[in-house]
Amino acid sequence: MASSSSPLDPAVVRRIARLARIRLADEDVAQLQTELGSIIGWIEQLDEVDVSGVDPLANIGAASMTLRDDVVTDGDQVDAVLANAPARSGPFFTVPKVVE
Amino acid sequence: MTLEFTLASARDALRSRRISSRELTQAHLASIAALDPKLHAFITVTPDLALAQADAADAALGRGEAGPLTGLPVAIKDVFCTKGVKTTAASKILEPFVPPYESTVTSNMLRDGAVFLGKLNLDEFAMGSATTNSAFGATINPWQRQDSDVALVPGGSSGGSAAAVASGMALAATGTDTGGSIRQPASYCGIVGIKPTYGRCSRYGIVAFASSLDQAGPFGRTVEDTAILLGSMAGHDPKDSTSVPRAVPDFVAAAKRGVKGLKIGVPREYRAEGMPAEIEALWAQGLDWLRQQGAEIVDVSLPHTKYGLATYYIVAPAEASSNLARYDGVRYGLRVPANDLKDLYEETRAAGFGKEVRRRILMGTYVLSAGYYDAYYLKAQKVRALILKDFTEVFTKVDALLTPTAPSAAFAIGENADDPVKMYLNDIFTVPASMAGVPGMSVPAGLDAHGLPLGLQVLGRHFDEETVFAVGAALEKAAGFTGLPQIRMGEGA
Repeated sequence: MASSSSPLDPAVVRRIARLARIRLADEDVAQLQTELGSIIGWIEQLDEVDVSGVDPLANIGAASMTLRDDVVTDGDQVDAVLANAPARSGPFFTVPKVVE
Repeated sequence: MTLEFTLASARDALRSRRISSRELTQAHLASIAALDPKLHAFITVTPDLALAQADAADAALGRGEAGPLTGLPVAIKDVFCTKGVKTTAASKILEPFVPPYESTVTSNMLRDGAVFLGKLNLDEFAMGSATTNSAFGATINPWQRQDSDVALVPGGSSGGSAAAVASGMALAATGTDTGGSIRQPASYCGIVGIKPTYGRCSRYGIVAFASSLDQAGPFGRTVEDTAILLGSMAGHDPKDSTSVPRAVPDFVAAAKRGVKGLKIGVPREYRAEGMPAEIEALWAQGLDWLRQQGAEIVDVSLPHTKYGLATYYIVAPAEASSNLARYDGVRYGLRVPANDLKDLYEETRAAGFGKEVRRRILMGTYVLSAGYYDAYYLKAQKVRALILKDFTEVFTKVDALLTPTAPSAAFAIGENADDPVKMYLNDIFTVPASMAGVPGMSVPAGLDAHGLPLGLQVLGRHFDEETVFAVGAALEKAAGFTGLPQIRMGEGA
């Protein structure tokens, strides 16, 4: 597999946390490095399996995708949609200013 | 009195008016008030709603209009959206969330007249094998070792469901199973649980963990009870494109078929190294019970079994990292205020997710990230194809498989907590069936040397839950499992 057996680099831990939009405290990086490193070491046992000529399986579902009728089935639910909003203004969700 | 009833006998008592739904519901609410401070199986109890539903059920019963679940008090794992009742997935990030809609599974149960007692505890976002990862505290197993009162885990992730049903706080409960989250807690708590075929129950309105694996299913104290409840939960739903348009069979009738003439496979790869002798012996005993009732036992091989867990711990976190991207502090759930949007996302998600969920999101992000995708995620999908092929081939030779449900009985809170991989090994026997999407049931079959329950697992073909119920009922009959947990409502209470 792509990664070596060397421990996960702290920079890699920080990079994936940034991709996942989760702020990490500095003291968490070392622990996650160990934990994720041990999980990755363990899943590398899949290196033993010969998968040549095998197609990847994304979904075992037996349902075939079908199209439903192109009609409106729901709507006019602004209050229900916004009922759980942590912050709102009229019929809108609000977030901190994005564009100056 | 709650443990004197099964779902089936309570239904009969209601229909013959020997008891009212209000009485039955009050008895269960009293059990919850007495036991839940010790067990912590519930996140939310809804007594007013339950009594209102009970009164409506009594009125319906009075008119002779009884549905399959009319007036029966049951409880719901807190990952099923329930309209107007908060649904947390045991996560801080969803703590304030009150769904404006009902999941399809719980809608089906309400259509059939069920009374909902409340929402049950779980590992946060259903990620765990012990229900110790809940943001609202661990659930305690109602069973204890004979020689010690140390608190044991109920299994997970549906630990609240299993503990509530085993102790008599609910007649039955819903759960979800992604890698064993119904079967393993059922085994640890001495009750029955079935994960049906992927596609049998709608996932609409269930908080998503790993969408290609998540499947809802019932817990009950008998095989028949799970057959009754699954019959209500299941069915095609246009709102979930992976739910399958097939008629729901009569699972209760299927449970009475017997096993005469069935071929039962024993997968040799499930003889895990270091398996306790008593689990090995119980497995052999289970095969004997089926043989005595007319089944033929056949040795079979599922050669990729040992890779199931590692495959699962790539696929499930990958899907989870994608599914949980929606928790951003903008539209619902927790928000940590910040000065810009990126900080708002990062601070909200740092504060809202627990350690195991964070670990899995990061794992999933890693295996999906540029440069690693082919090596991990694509490879795992290919191994998954081989695992499915193992099952497809073996089911041309046998009608069902029998294995242990878990490699041990319930362990103490805090055990296995130092190393995530050690905790993951609890799911070694349940994960392969999840990867293949086939149905699996755990049936309580005996006690270990400490007096703790052990389950056997029955696996069947896609959409052949009927055979799984037949085999499960045969095991139940032979095992005559009558054990009761130490923490329960006393007789007459």
